[in-house]
Amino acid sequence: MNMVAPITPAGTLKPAPLMQVRDLNKSFGPVRACRDVSFDLRRGEILGIVGESGSGKTTLLRCISGQTPPSSGEVLFDSQRHGLRDIFALSEQERRRIAREEWGYVHQNPRDGLRMRVSGGANVVEPLLMNNVRHYGRMRAQSLDWFAKVELDGARVDGKPRTFSGGMQQRLQIARNLIHNPSLIFMDEPTGGLDVSVQARLLDLMRVLVREMGLAAIIVTHDIGVARLLADRLLVMKAGEVVEQGLTDQVLDDPQHGYTQLLVSSVLQI
Amino acid sequence: MNAQQNRKPEAYNYAYLDEQTKRMIRRAILKAVAIPGYQVPFGSREMPVPYGWGTGGIQVTAAIIGPDDVYKCIDQGADDTTNAVSIRRFFARVADVATTERTQDATIIQTRHRIPEAPLTQGQIMVYQVPQPEPLRFLEPRETETRAMHAYEEYGLQYLSLYESVSAFGRIAGGAGYPVLVDERYLMSPSPIPKFDNPKLHQSEALHLFGAGREKRIYAVPPHTDVRSLDFEDYPFEVQSWDEVCGLCGCGTSYKDEVILDDEGNRMFVCSDSAYCGERRAAGHAGPLAGHALDSTPQEETLP
Repeated sequence: MNMVAPITPAGTLKPAPLMQVRDLNKSFGPVRACRDVSFDLRRGEILGIVGESGSGKTTLLRCISGQTPPSSGEVLFDSQRHGLRDIFALSEQERRRIAREEWGYVHQNPRDGLRMRVSGGANVVEPLLMNNVRHYGRMRAQSLDWFAKVELDGARVDGKPRTFSGGMQQRLQIARNLIHNPSLIFMDEPTGGLDVSVQARLLDLMRVLVREMGLAAIIVTHDIGVARLLADRLLVMKAGEVVEQGLTDQVLDDPQHGYTQLLVSSVLQI
Repeated sequence: MNAQQNRKPEAYNYAYLDEQTKRMIRRAILKAVAIPGYQVPFGSREMPVPYGWGTGGIQVTAAIIGPDDVYKCIDQGADDTTNAVSIRRFFARVADVATTERTQDATIIQTRHRIPEAPLTQGQIMVYQVPQPEPLRFLEPRETETRAMHAYEEYGLQYLSLYESVSAFGRIAGGAGYPVLVDERYLMSPSPIPKFDNPKLHQSEALHLFGAGREKRIYAVPPHTDVRSLDFEDYPFEVQSWDEVCGLCGCGTSYKDEVILDDEGNRMFVCSDSAYCGERRAAGHAGPLAGHALDSTPQEETLP
């Protein structure tokens, strides 16, 4: 199944994995959404998960981000408080704390990831409030700082998210998920539903931010272009199984599995 | 022969609710007192008033009232508003209790919007009619999620409303239902009392019981419990203040209602606590709009 063992450029990455997934299975009744998924993620590494719709990408993301317990298998995460531990062996309280302090989660639809009833600035600082910052002036300065970083107009900081365009909402969501300096960020189709030019700018922005902050990311996408641009390594899923994994360029330029070959060849060439 | 047989049977049990219901509510109250600020679910009953008119407070009062109690009921701080008068009459009728307007004389004080100005004393019970017991509801509509937040003491979200308020108004503006942390553990909505009254909950001598009828929750602040209003390091909690004194009694420290006098912009400020204001006037205090001293004797002489 694993055609190529993951190769990491020496020196740039720490050897200890940030996240280890071992034989993860998730069934919904008779439906096996994820079958024996295993992979490692190192600090600062961006992992892309590609596959057609219904292949179990989002289920996998929900399992490894602690939102849905897997049917079997382990999800180990190297947290500051606990070290490398199975997140589902920790209490729900500890799991929520890890998610709050060390993770970010970017939803496909920004309305799922934003609080639509409070202003954009308040959305951005929410993770700080969740992590017990209680100084308004400092948070305000940080929210404006992050508005600038994701190329949003600081004058709109008090506007409600519904007054923002789709692309702006997505950038708002990205700022909100990076402000507390997480070590890992999960993204579920972060560019879905955006037009191509906005997608390109957003991808560029994400690449710069993620590289600058040196954080690890797991990006679920069905868009091979997104995967090629952002991901260091790729996981190709089909019917709940990982059919191929390896370095992005390797997988895309020399696909081994029949499904990956189909996926790569079906990209429109202009 | 037997007087009991000839008496018309009572239509309702003492204090309206049946004994089993009162027991159930008392159990919820005991649990609420044991865990200050924690919202205890209870089997809220249909009451002879609609939801929103104080069904939670009425049920709590019905469960704790006895013939020896002296009952006071206020709405917007006043004893003489329609709702307060009706609820007071209700308990005078079904629970056979003495009623009063004097805060000092009352053993049970039912309220919606205010804590009386006169300091509460040991042995008194405040009963609040609560519309929405969950302070996080505005920001988090999922009950499962807010319960987890309470269980794990994750209250960062509540500060989001304060942040939003400072962003919009330059200060923490919220006037009523200002969130508090009880005994440094549970986040609690103090019902829609103005934040002016929040400090009165801190280390209060009295027992405070909160009943939400529609939402089916009871919670409590026992006597001598720490109650802290949330704030930011650089925007500390502060209560409302008025430049004007009460137009009737001249009080400068009480909570005021604004009353529009005409369509030319004239207005007056008057104590919202009508019993407190009346007592001050009886003691000889007079505000700028108090007018002449009220004297009933000349009117009686003019009667034919």
